[in-house]
Amino acid sequence: MRITGAQALVKSLEMQGVDVVFGLPGGAILPVYDPIIDSPIRHILVRHEQGAGHMAEGYAQATNKPGVAIVTSGPAATNIVTALADAYMDSIPIVVITGQVATTSIGTDAFQEADTTGITMSITKHNWLIKDASEIPQVVKEAFHVATTGRPGPVLIDLPKDVSNQMMDWYWPESVDLPGYKPNTKGHPRSIAAAAKLIKEAKRPVFYIGGGVIRSGGSEALKVLVDKCNMPVVTTLMGRGAFPDDHPLCLGMPGMHGTYTAITAMQKSDLLITLGARFDDRVTGKVSGFAPDAKIIHVDIDPAELGKVRRADVPIVGDVKLVIEELIEALDKGEVGEMAFSITQEWHDQLKSWQEQFPLRYEEDPKDGSLKPQYVVECLSKLAPEGTILASGVGQHQMWGSQYWHFNDANTWINSGGLGTMGFAIPAAIGAKVGRPDKMVWAVDGDGCFQMTAQELVTASAERIPVKIALLNNAYLGMVRQWQEMFYEQRYSEVYLSPDLPDYVKWAEAMGCVAFRVETPEDVIPTIEKANQINDRSVVIEFRTDWREKVFPMVPSGATNDEVVLGPMFEGR
Amino acid sequence: MTNTPPNLIPMSMPGGKSATEIGYHVLSVLVENKAGVLARVAQLFSRRGYNIYSLAVAPTDDERFSRLTVVVDLESVTLEQITKQLHKLINVIKITEIDPRESVQQELLLAIVAADTQSRSQIMELAGIFGAKVIDVGLERLTLALADTPDRLDDFTDLIKVFGIIEVQRTGRVALTKLARPSNRGGMNKGKAS
Ligand SMILES: Cc1ncc(C[n+]2csc(CCOP(=O)(O)OP(=O)(O)O)c2C)c(N)n1
Ligand SMILES: [Mg+2]
Repeated sequence: MRITGAQALVKSLEMQGVDVVFGLPGGAILPVYDPIIDSPIRHILVRHEQGAGHMAEGYAQATNKPGVAIVTSGPAATNIVTALADAYMDSIPIVVITGQVATTSIGTDAFQEADTTGITMSITKHNWLIKDASEIPQVVKEAFHVATTGRPGPVLIDLPKDVSNQMMDWYWPESVDLPGYKPNTKGHPRSIAAAAKLIKEAKRPVFYIGGGVIRSGGSEALKVLVDKCNMPVVTTLMGRGAFPDDHPLCLGMPGMHGTYTAITAMQKSDLLITLGARFDDRVTGKVSGFAPDAKIIHVDIDPAELGKVRRADVPIVGDVKLVIEELIEALDKGEVGEMAFSITQEWHDQLKSWQEQFPLRYEEDPKDGSLKPQYVVECLSKLAPEGTILASGVGQHQMWGSQYWHFNDANTWINSGGLGTMGFAIPAAIGAKVGRPDKMVWAVDGDGCFQMTAQELVTASAERIPVKIALLNNAYLGMVRQWQEMFYEQRYSEVYLSPDLPDYVKWAEAMGCVAFRVETPEDVIPTIEKANQINDRSVVIEFRTDWREKVFPMVPSGATNDEVVLGPMFEGR
Repeated sequence: MTNTPPNLIPMSMPGGKSATEIGYHVLSVLVENKAGVLARVAQLFSRRGYNIYSLAVAPTDDERFSRLTVVVDLESVTLEQITKQLHKLINVIKITEIDPRESVQQELLLAIVAADTQSRSQIMELAGIFGAKVIDVGLERLTLALADTPDRLDDFTDLIKVFGIIEVQRTGRVALTKLARPSNRGGMNKGKAS
């Protein structure tokens, strides 16, 4: 069968099982948009290419399937760079296809030419510039393979216009040909046994759970392992939902804005059982002072993470889910099987007492009647149907989202952890809803973030993708304001945004959404209930929250995790 | 023995810093012979803040693959981190660390040297000692070529400096693990595959 390169691309995506792509056409990708008309693949037309990238990420995070975006060359390719960098940091499998100028024009500074593969080299797991249409099916197959196996991540295919138009003989490759790419998935049996022994010997162990557990689909297995060991669990910003917050052994999030108990448990621990986490600086604080007495078991699919920040006593390269299953077995096997667990009651008691003394806390009944952002998130969480997905922007609202929402399922918390990309929430929520139409999708967003990507609500309305946005309007770039208040002597520099410019309600309505404004605590619950009833349109609730609120606890940047600042609620105690 | 050039430095005393000193490691990296591979490797080094001391690239006898010989400076990171990150490049197939003591290493040097009628014979003599070849001759200049170990090239450069170097160029290093041979000096320590 002779078909064009463009047809081959679309057909390859179909063969790959792609059911939806996010994109926006233009000159160099025009040939690809023609066969899209006839394809069963759903195309969602975005309003900015960054949105296409984040939607693909949201889709991938909600479904554990790769998200796909198609955009044109030059400015469109550079517009999607942020999403690629974001996906690279958070190990999210997305496949981005960019148009490119004709091969005969590459290197001539042709109209809308950009060196896309060069620009994205360090923020993709791999990228391909296709030079001949016959490569297309092979490259597409390889691209999906690379994106979804090993440590997942973004890949990019750059497709010159003349290659799209070139005729080729259709084929679908049986296999991939990547001699340099063979990710290890099974843990080494000897290391597994050594890890099991350390687990049995530990008196003050902590499970340190990262996003890798979610990516590998390992949260069910994790529950079995934790129950078997009866050991406390912390879930990182990327790992929220990998283990249920409602479980009595869950201590919540560690790190810069983690719970006192999660931070301190790690700090005082004698064994960190690290599963799919990477000792990020936001978790460790000052590395030299991090968990000084802890031995480390470190399980990761990416060998380069082992020993990158903290030397592991038992490093294990492997798929986290498989390794968890292997660990469960190893705990019962041989000599280790004979050993009893050494975790002490004192440790359990200590953790409980920290939890009682230093819970997450905010002013619940403020005398001035101000609306606390934490209260908003708490209400959202309480009123949300089970399994609701929460997407987030970046800033204070993100931290409150992570702290005050109760996550009980994997793939229900979608945020930008590694890159910290403002504007992530709205497109990511849309992508998540496309992937999981059966679920309610909320986004918690900041006023700063909202202004970066709000236009995608037009996409949501046009494409009938109903999402719900809780806009925590504090009239500030709040997180930056918090740092200026605490570390720059309250010298506020360029952080004020204004509460009513723009008028968010009018703006949301103009984009086809139902919009509400909430200014008092009394209105929070009824308005959320109203929003939860609306299923055919997107909803924006603008909450006018108390701009003075800061995120606590906080480990100041550069401090060790022994120096947790608990905030005003704990002052004078 | 009167026309020995002045300032002749004993060959056992290397002139400048050489890459065989501790802190430098030689990685032999087998890569797929695909467009952009060199850029990927080079970008990885610059992005992660690793320093490349020298780099040589050439196709292998199997045209699907090329071999990069990279001399890395280990001031900032461990060799382990560098090799692990390199391994993550999809086009990288195999990385072998080459221990300087257990390998043969060569570089090529080309140098244009000022050579008037007086100094010419001295330069030729020096070239002879080192086994360098005269590959081009001008009225007042000679171009010399020498392929040898980096240390020997350093020595040679120091010596011909005296006559006036107009221009000098060196390639990156290429290296192979020493061949196994019967030895009664204990075990062989081959390049470590990683
Ligand atoms: C694209 C981008 N630009 C700048 C920043 C730095 N930054 C981090 S949080 C923040 C403020 C976010 O403001 P807002 O969305 O209103 O959230 P808030 O902190 O007020 O909840 C800024 C500017 C960033 N993370 N991303
Ligand atoms: Mg704000």
